[in-house]
Amino acid sequence: MKLLVLVLNRFFWFFPTVLGLMLVTFTISHVIPADPVAFVAGDNATNEQIEALRAQLGLDQPVHVQLYRYVLSVVQGDFGVSLYTLRPISHDLASRVPATLELTFVAVLLSAAIGIPLGVISAVNRNSLLDHLLRVFTVSGLAIAAFWLAILLQLLFAMELGWTPLQGRVDGWGPDEVTRFYLIDSLLMGDLDIFLSAASHMMLPAITLAYPAMATIVRFTRAGVLEAINSNYVMYEEAMGFPRRVIVWKFVLRNALIGTVTQIGLIFGILIANAVVVEAVFDWPGLGLYAVQSILQSDYNAIMGFTVVAGVIFIVVNLIVDIAHGFIDPRESR
Amino acid sequence: METASFLIRKLAEDRVALLGALLISLLVLTAIFAPFLATHPADIAEFHPVERLQGPATAHFFGTDRMGSDIYSRILFGARITITIAVIAIGVSVLIGVPIGLIAGYYHGWFSDMLMRTSDIFLAVPQIVLAIAIAQTLGPSIENVILALSATYWPFWTRLVYAETRSLQNEVFIEASIALGAPPWRVMLLHILPNIMSSIIVRTTIGMGGTILTAAALGFLGLGAPAPSPEWGRMISESREFLPEAWWYATAPGLAIFMVVMGFNLLGDGLRDILDPRIRRSRAHDSK
Repeated sequence: MKLLVLVLNRFFWFFPTVLGLMLVTFTISHVIPADPVAFVAGDNATNEQIEALRAQLGLDQPVHVQLYRYVLSVVQGDFGVSLYTLRPISHDLASRVPATLELTFVAVLLSAAIGIPLGVISAVNRNSLLDHLLRVFTVSGLAIAAFWLAILLQLLFAMELGWTPLQGRVDGWGPDEVTRFYLIDSLLMGDLDIFLSAASHMMLPAITLAYPAMATIVRFTRAGVLEAINSNYVMYEEAMGFPRRVIVWKFVLRNALIGTVTQIGLIFGILIANAVVVEAVFDWPGLGLYAVQSILQSDYNAIMGFTVVAGVIFIVVNLIVDIAHGFIDPRESR
Repeated sequence: METASFLIRKLAEDRVALLGALLISLLVLTAIFAPFLATHPADIAEFHPVERLQGPATAHFFGTDRMGSDIYSRILFGARITITIAVIAIGVSVLIGVPIGLIAGYYHGWFSDMLMRTSDIFLAVPQIVLAIAIAQTLGPSIENVILALSATYWPFWTRLVYAETRSLQNEVFIEASIALGAPPWRVMLLHILPNIMSSIIVRTTIGMGGTILTAAALGFLGLGAPAPSPEWGRMISESREFLPEAWWYATAPGLAIFMVVMGFNLLGDGLRDILDPRIRRSRAHDSK
């Protein structure tokens, strides 16, 4: 029952939050610029052109009417047209979501696959030299600028050693689009060459994104294991004669991971933030690269579209994490 | 006063936190004495195309950039930009976030709910995404980066102060001062605020690191101070055209960002260990 209340409560707040986000982007795009129309029209536009554009964009209406129209069109998935390509922004964004999602999924898997074992090792050997070295390694992950790490990796592995491609998502044409995740689509096609090409392109951007996320995972896993390892059931299992290895990796880890799972929302935030700059460095055709290109072209419609979509993805992920957390750990559902 | 000396004594024992404090002092000293430490102070605005893209040598410690300017000198002056952005942006965020958190936490009612929901909306989006939208609309400049960061960072303090205020409200000393007839502002400023100060200090220290990273990312994306400003993120962005030959170009500014952010993170971690009694207890548990 409590769980149901939690789920309903989270769903109830989903809509006002998204609406609030639209209010923020509306304020940024319609209220902050002294004259948004002149801003869009450029420096060389005549007064007649500006007025015509103002009527065309509906910006001659009162603010509350503009807000109403804006929310109505965004809810229908219409972000207007790009001021640069004149194509609908929703199409551009939709075609780029899969690339970003594939990259972030791989980065999350990578950071969990490396971060969780490192966290356990760190906790089991606490205050040893290994623990201290791992601490330095993880703290560095949160201090390094993602775009700088991306450039260093490019410099070493792509330019000097030539082990990985410099940038892009795949050599030549991508696989037939089914899921639009190239790693999966190429396997569905049975084309190993495309799969290997996609995987090698994925390597550096995924590592760049995974490093700071991994740092967070190591910290929380370490803390969780340390807390669980001192509990009574561990003492009981030790008395029962379970090998230390089984206790740590099976019983303790399962309890310790609850804390780590709840951090996925935070980790996803780090990933989206870093994806913007990392995609720009690796020329990865996702949402982040789209945002960067829009910045360079002063395409403010496209930037607002990106802000709303990135925000909604982030809000949805946090909604799922909150609800999943309620199921994993019923104590938390207040 | 007693707490301050306690804090300094504890910090001196924590070598990692001390390293953090050292890195931050280095940044501050660099920013203050940049004109004296720089070997080519005029290179912030002057170009020497003949000397462009030279590797590190005694004449140019960290090499020269695409305009032939001395990267070492530019890094030193870049420290000023970094400090200015971080201190003002965080200062404004604290000044906005803390009062809102105090008021929303102290009073119960629809107004408090509205304040908290508003801060939730800002927290619902990754900071850099909103900051990009704001900085892009306002145009590239340091002032606008500061504005964009302040507008997106204040809710972190609101959340923190709100939660701490709510948990303090049931304490006897708060109830007692209300019963004695102390006005709300007096309770908030003289009784609640001093007791949550340590949490605010920890959050602010760690927030400095995050702000510097975000500011550098905005600079990297071309939303920061326009050229030829020696902003660290912008310098890294400029270097990309000249890789792999000019490997030194991005190295120095990247290391500078890394050291400064590391400094704030280490100091923040150390302060949290000292100031947060819950963690202090688990630490004792830890070393058992």
